[in-house]
Amino acid sequence: MTDITASEPKPRRRVNLHVLGPVLALVALIILGASLNSNFLSYGNVTNVLARSAFIGIIAVGMTFVITAGGIDLSVGSMAAFVAGVMILSLNALIPSMGIGVPLIATGMVIALATGFAAGFLNGFLISKIRIEAFIVTLGSMGIYRSLVTWLADGGTLSLNFDARSFYRPVYYDGLLGIAWPIIVFAVVAILGELAMRHTPFGRHCAALGANEQVAKYSAIKVDRLRLMTYVILGLLVGVATIMYVPRLGSASASTGVLWELEAIAAVIIGGTVLKGGFGRVWGTVIGVLILSLIDNILNLASIVSPYLNGAIQGVIVILAVVLQRESKSAD
Amino acid sequence: MKRRDIFKGAALGLAVVATPVMAQDGETKVIGVAIPSATHGFMGGLNYHAQEAIARLEETYPQLDFVLATAGDAGTMVNDIEDMVATRNIDALVVLPFESEPLTSPVQAVADAGIWVTVVDRGLSVPGIEDLYVAGDNTGFGRVAGEYFAENLTEGDNIVVLRGIPTTLDNERVDAFSAAIEGSGINVLDMQHGNWNRDDAFNVMQDYLSKYNDIDAVWASDDDMAIGVLEAIAQAGREEEMWVVGGAGMKEIIARIMEGDPQLPVNVTYPPAQIATAIELTALGMVSATPVSGRFIIGSEMITPENAESFYFPDSPF
Repeated sequence: MTDITASEPKPRRRVNLHVLGPVLALVALIILGASLNSNFLSYGNVTNVLARSAFIGIIAVGMTFVITAGGIDLSVGSMAAFVAGVMILSLNALIPSMGIGVPLIATGMVIALATGFAAGFLNGFLISKIRIEAFIVTLGSMGIYRSLVTWLADGGTLSLNFDARSFYRPVYYDGLLGIAWPIIVFAVVAILGELAMRHTPFGRHCAALGANEQVAKYSAIKVDRLRLMTYVILGLLVGVATIMYVPRLGSASASTGVLWELEAIAAVIIGGTVLKGGFGRVWGTVIGVLILSLIDNILNLASIVSPYLNGAIQGVIVILAVVLQRESKSAD
Repeated sequence: MKRRDIFKGAALGLAVVATPVMAQDGETKVIGVAIPSATHGFMGGLNYHAQEAIARLEETYPQLDFVLATAGDAGTMVNDIEDMVATRNIDALVVLPFESEPLTSPVQAVADAGIWVTVVDRGLSVPGIEDLYVAGDNTGFGRVAGEYFAENLTEGDNIVVLRGIPTTLDNERVDAFSAAIEGSGINVLDMQHGNWNRDDAFNVMQDYLSKYNDIDAVWASDDDMAIGVLEAIAQAGREEEMWVVGGAGMKEIIARIMEGDPQLPVNVTYPPAQIATAIELTALGMVSATPVSGRFIIGSEMITPENAESFYFPDSPF
């Protein structure tokens, strides 16, 4: 997947550690994994890890824009669970009238995107128009969506109708030319995100808004609309991630997507985006997501340490990745 | 939950002729129920059975009133219990401690205030606080599964294990399982935590399948995890190679056992309906002279295609 990193345009003259930090960490992890287990670089394992990363990855690309613009969204994990719940319920309800086929799944996808859009719009509206702190709004909606999905599932699990699931399953498990669909979608989202961040006014405006809202305002940037846009895009991407997620296990419950928001935020920060806004790097986010997934994968494949310590190792690597980037910063 | 009119309940309670029992003076008795919220399949089932039992008992005993609180963490549960005592004057508390340690002293305080305490599923850290202890058999849960593995595998067969959230309860199960397969010559290739979660179990099983070419059976130790495990096996196309044993009797899994699915030969019970047992016994103690203090351990049974019918609850969320 280094082709994504290669898409970085105009590398700066000074190659500095804070750009290369996450890349080095990723390379080190790959070497470590390969030396611990011969199956690590096998087609099957690489596919597994990348397909797993796709959910958090797609969401993290959207999160990069939100954080770059000086915001935060804590509700994405619950939102994903809620969107998955709505999608499964709608599909089950539509089967009698539509039958099982492409139209049904296409409708389900549209419903997922629409639900994600609406959820993102609600967050964005409260933050940009009503001017409530992003942290507070999304903390609130995190609880709301989590409760709603529990309520929809009646405290249990929402399962997609068995035949519909068999039909929908290939969306997660099959692919094009041997590359699984979730990986393709993740790659497309990442490339589009990178282009938007680097080469469109939207990306530059996000950075300007995150750096200094007043200056952005005086520069004739429509601050409110821009901020709303970042949350809407994130909501839509949660919808996209859910479309990939539902066919995997065909179910959603109150435990779906727990802590996804923190993984997404961690991936964004590891990738070099500044938590307080003003600077974002989409390809870095992709590296961050891969680092997080690989740690889990290597710990499962190698059983070198007690599984109780998996979380600690992830924590250490997250902090290290950020420290590596800081060192050169202070020299600037 | 339908809140009954307390005055009506009291009036009806007064109409009931007081039988000669402990503190039966015809007034409404309030029973508080504090349980963890429905964060995964088992707890979802537990919530369902708690609500069912409360609805049924309010119907049966007009002089009883119930307060149900579900909490997402130990701290919230402590607050719920404090509120019940302070504002609802509960006469009895049925609690499934979120964690043993943090709930021990708050529940101790409730017991010291002269309120009847029933503890469910997870013991408190200090023995002797509760009047009644109702629990599933964690040791039995692991042992029954382990015995099945020992009987149905031969020396040199390989298994992998998925553990739950790291807790004493999980340790009890895994230790009993390990003790049961001791000496059978079965190799346990790996034990990792799937956290009683479908997605985590799916990931762990994918990695097991990448790592080991020869797996004969999987102890998923929970039906939510079994769902994720089965999906990962299907993806790898290795359904023929190994069978899976989950646990706790999720209805979808029981349905497949009823059909005689070769991938899911058996299951082990750990009934979420134990909360109903606890609430029923507590209510019985409140409204009658029936002695209900002590320990009530619900056995873990093996579910096979022959008896699966009697463990199938299509209406339960779990």
